[in-house]
Amino acid sequence: MRKYGIFVVVFMLSFALIVAGCSGGGGSTSSEPAASGEGGETASAGGTLIVGRGGDSAALDPAIVTDGESIKIAQQVFDPLLAYKSGTTEVEPALAESWQISEDGLTYTFKLRQGVKFHDGTDFNAEAVVFNFERWNDPKSKYKFEGDSFDYYDSMFGPENARIIASVKAVDASTVEFKLNHPQAPFLQNLAMPPFSIASPTAIEKEGAEFKSNPVGTGPFVFKEWKRSDSITLEKNPNYWQQGLPKMDQVIIRSIPDNTARFNALQNGEIDLMEDLSPDDLATLEGNSELQKFNRPPFNVAYIGFNLTKKPFDNPKVRVALNHAVDKKSIIDAFYAGQAEAAINPIPPTLWGYNSNVKDYDYDLTKAKQLLAEAGFPNGIDQELTFYAMPVSRPYMPDGKKVAEVIQASFAQIGVKVNIQSPEWATYLDDLSKGEKDDLYMIGWTGDNGDPDNFFYPLLDKDSIGGNNYSQYASEPFHKLLVEAQRETDQDARAKLYEQAQVIVKEDAPWIPLVHSTPLLAASVKVKGYTPSPTGSEPYADVYMEQ
Amino acid sequence: MGSYIVKRLLVLIPVLFGMTLIVFSIIHAIPGDPADTILGEKATEQSKQALREQLGLDRPWLEQYTAYLGDLITGDLGRSIRTRAPITEEIGPYLAATIELTFASMLFAIIIGVNAGIVSAWKHRSWFDYVCMLIALVGVSMPIFWLGLMEQWIFANKLHWLPSIGRMNQRDPLESITGFYVIDAMLSGQWSQLWTVLKHLILPSIALGTIPMAVIARMTRSSMLEVMQSDYIRTAKAKGISQFLVIYRHGLKNAFIPVLTVIGIQTGSLLGGAVLTETIFAWPGVGRYIYEAISNRDYPVIQSGILIIALIFVLINLLVDLLYAWFDPRIQYK
Repeated sequence: MRKYGIFVVVFMLSFALIVAGCSGGGGSTSSEPAASGEGGETASAGGTLIVGRGGDSAALDPAIVTDGESIKIAQQVFDPLLAYKSGTTEVEPALAESWQISEDGLTYTFKLRQGVKFHDGTDFNAEAVVFNFERWNDPKSKYKFEGDSFDYYDSMFGPENARIIASVKAVDASTVEFKLNHPQAPFLQNLAMPPFSIASPTAIEKEGAEFKSNPVGTGPFVFKEWKRSDSITLEKNPNYWQQGLPKMDQVIIRSIPDNTARFNALQNGEIDLMEDLSPDDLATLEGNSELQKFNRPPFNVAYIGFNLTKKPFDNPKVRVALNHAVDKKSIIDAFYAGQAEAAINPIPPTLWGYNSNVKDYDYDLTKAKQLLAEAGFPNGIDQELTFYAMPVSRPYMPDGKKVAEVIQASFAQIGVKVNIQSPEWATYLDDLSKGEKDDLYMIGWTGDNGDPDNFFYPLLDKDSIGGNNYSQYASEPFHKLLVEAQRETDQDARAKLYEQAQVIVKEDAPWIPLVHSTPLLAASVKVKGYTPSPTGSEPYADVYMEQ
Repeated sequence: MGSYIVKRLLVLIPVLFGMTLIVFSIIHAIPGDPADTILGEKATEQSKQALREQLGLDRPWLEQYTAYLGDLITGDLGRSIRTRAPITEEIGPYLAATIELTFASMLFAIIIGVNAGIVSAWKHRSWFDYVCMLIALVGVSMPIFWLGLMEQWIFANKLHWLPSIGRMNQRDPLESITGFYVIDAMLSGQWSQLWTVLKHLILPSIALGTIPMAVIARMTRSSMLEVMQSDYIRTAKAKGISQFLVIYRHGLKNAFIPVLTVIGIQTGSLLGGAVLTETIFAWPGVGRYIYEAISNRDYPVIQSGILIIALIFVLINLLVDLLYAWFDPRIQYK
């Protein structure tokens, strides 16, 4: 009989508790207005900045990662030798104060900043730089731990059998000399990438394979704790080499996968800054005086490419005609909620070397028809063309199929019929590389290192046919300009070459450049000093919260 | 009883073995190359090949499977492809988060569901009965993500009563001891933190617990209706025992067996099916761990994650079977 008793009592008690809990919840919590209120009191002068983002980092050793979420943390904990100027992709000194380039472009000598210390108290010096580069360069390095691969190093500085960097030598405690096997124009741009941040050799030796969970660098924030899929806590580096920085005492970076939930958390004050605001939420944000919006400068391009090996796209007139038949503005308004710029050139205007004199082919169906007639298609094109539309969403292309349908409708008006196909992503990429099934396709690109070469060469050079040059565009004058720009070390001279290259591409029209998207971020109005970088992440050293 | 438990545990071995085989076959049948997803679209073929070799993905299917089983027997769940860390170490905190959420959700579902079902049966065909069953019907059909987002919008954004995401206020973090935050807060004696942790649990557990609650309410009601017709209840009533005691003491105990079955199955499915709730409420649980692994083609994590969920599912059902005897002494295990 006692069993009954316990059973009934447990039920009744728990029921009462729930009822009491529900009614009590409302009353007592209203006295502490949401989480932000609690935070304001516990935080000291600099306070805590909480950033909400879509996913967690894969690992915290910047050298072994390729995903943006991992790089985001690297930017806070580490410094590279060079860095990108706030909000741009221009290179500026970081751990290296100054540098000299030899006449032949094969020797780079860097003067390092003195008195800088790693978070573990050890000195940053030339030996540390050499240690890091040797770790990445030597495939047999004992500091290449189980599972590690230095993918960015391999892709920016050449794979094992074709390394660009021949040697890295410590000339003295604050001078490092790089010898290259052959000149690399974007060498400085590459060095500024966060994967090439300098880590503490002592910490790598001590932590071993655990270094990827316990990163130690020289950056504005010191790593404190990583709760997987939840949050990463960073604390102020009191000895940071940049005077007066960082401004916050603590930065917590939380993973909140759902866009709407993240925005809910921002409105409730549980986070202060959020990445990737959905354009649908823009109206709500603008109606809330507690919030502000940021646009990340564009660093990508979405485009429609013609398969130049297929008829009728071997004819440049047809390509130009179709360029006139795409209404970029409507596409931007409908699918990007206005958060994108119409693309004119293959590179975004944030990149140096952008040619702002190039004029776009305006949206004009009459002109398009006329050009088609001149090309020998007065009644439009008979054959139905296969148009590959992206099956996945990317920051530069939120909804490939819908955008393709809009373009399909415009093309139909000038007598060009396209059949939209959208196979699974891996198959999609495979088909584009082979170039057999598609007549025209949709794709995009996001920059890596802020060098124009990083767009032009892989996407449009004749050497990249079989790689990412899916149009199989091969222009000798264009190729010559690119190669010359790769050999040149003076940035102004290079910029001029790229400006010319853009004129050629515009005339040849292997693509219809669609948009450069400008991802949206949202923050509390209290957040000040934040400048989003086009590269996708930035240090939070300058950010502060107005009390 | 003892030998019954041993027998049931032994049956687990072929079940889990079958499980590994099924999961292994399915995930290797999904198109997509882990080398692509790990290294990104821009990686060179050379580095992709190197990675495949390193991960053993270039070896024959059977060889990969036997290697995996071999590791499993020695208790090695493998290493995550994405984070490159051992899964045995990684999965602990995720499991704790999920178990805590599941427990809170089931507590909510059982307390509300069973009581609503009982009262509905007691006041059969009354307005309370109709309202309860309507709510239960809506509850079963409600999309979790919609419910979750609405809860956040109302209780966090508009009313500011409850936090919308996560397990804890990040500005006032809790020292993790066991990984179960409710227990951690109690162990450290920080009662204000315990209250914060409980507040964080309310919205996600309601979102996750709504479907089980509705299922339990309907099952309890129909089971109670049947029991309440039986002779012994009429006898109890005739003896003059109060209505309340007749229902809760005499009726419920007999009506509870089918409800218990439903509770067992629902608990098991919550453990694996919390992906949506965990995503919306940024709850760092095992559902999200596996979900992220699937999008990254992180084979070892998918395999080991599902295996652990399956193990828990089977264990919970064993527990439910054992509880039958407690509720109904006529049931005996041999």
